[in-house]
Amino acid sequence: MIVEKSIHYKVKQGIVVALPIIIGYFPIAMAFGLMAKNTSISFLDTSLFSMMVFAGASQFMALDLIGAGVTWANIILATFLLNLRHLMMTASLAVEFKSIPKKFLPLIGFGITDETFSVISFNKDKISTSFVLVLNFLSYSSWVIGTMVGYIVGEIIPAPLQTSLSIGLYAMFAALLFPEINKSKNIFFLSIISAIVYIILFYSNLFTSGWDIILGIIISSALGVVFFINSSKEREK
Amino acid sequence: MRTYIPLIIGMGLATYLPRLIPLVALSDRKIDDRVREFLYYIPYTSLSILIIRGIITADSNMKIATIAGIAIAGILSYKKGNLVLSVLSGILLSFLIINMSI
Repeated sequence: MIVEKSIHYKVKQGIVVALPIIIGYFPIAMAFGLMAKNTSISFLDTSLFSMMVFAGASQFMALDLIGAGVTWANIILATFLLNLRHLMMTASLAVEFKSIPKKFLPLIGFGITDETFSVISFNKDKISTSFVLVLNFLSYSSWVIGTMVGYIVGEIIPAPLQTSLSIGLYAMFAALLFPEINKSKNIFFLSIISAIVYIILFYSNLFTSGWDIILGIIISSALGVVFFINSSKEREK
Repeated sequence: MRTYIPLIIGMGLATYLPRLIPLVALSDRKIDDRVREFLYYIPYTSLSILIIRGIITADSNMKIATIAGIAIAGILSYKKGNLVLSVLSGILLSFLIINMSI
């Protein structure tokens, strides 16, 4: 028997799974706030960067490129390329979001990052409108508030602590992926294949950052389809 | 100070559109089994890629701390299945290693 879970329960689940993201985002956002200040960007514009762009890697890259005097059109293009990987991620989520009313999709889409995507993908049984919205909102708040705090008092966090907190996001990726490896041999091989494919793409130096990630995702996922086509039929959809 | 608002709006669109379009475009379309299979693998392949990318792009003096933090978090969640505990252990271990190496 399926028990209808209350909104309250879903919200609580959202908060619990958001915790690692909140902890990881805050110091990185602080670092962004501090660096933006050092690039002499106003407090308002720095906050707007985090509120409207909400993409860590792109925002740091933008600071670099602003400092290097790159034109705004080129910065926007580079941002687009770097975030193209989210096309693949949200395409993958679209299949899982059947139960979510369409009117919420524009709002939910705004909050999809590498981190929220990962947490949602590995908690498919919990997917509901309130679960996803709570997760996205808390992650977003941590990013925006962290940026503002960093702009104002960024100097107070010692660098080693900042670095280890940002390693926390990678620790989270690993903590999400490893238990899945346990469940299926195919996933284990596919993870190894993906890593090898990316290493080849990265060191080939043929593609700029952004393209190498999206190509890596496409190639290794396609290899998964080719290699595991028979075993996938056993898995009930 | 100059205003960056046009740049911010442009970058905002450049990040929002790739996040939004597949969600809306694919939401009630019949999806071919092969494509579904391909989409099913994306979380695994992208996570592997993000992790390996984190390791190979880490500064050389942070590499050991990064690998150790990732490894302990992965192993703990593999054994215990607790996400928050695993992540905090990863952070703690990398913090200790960074402090030892300074």
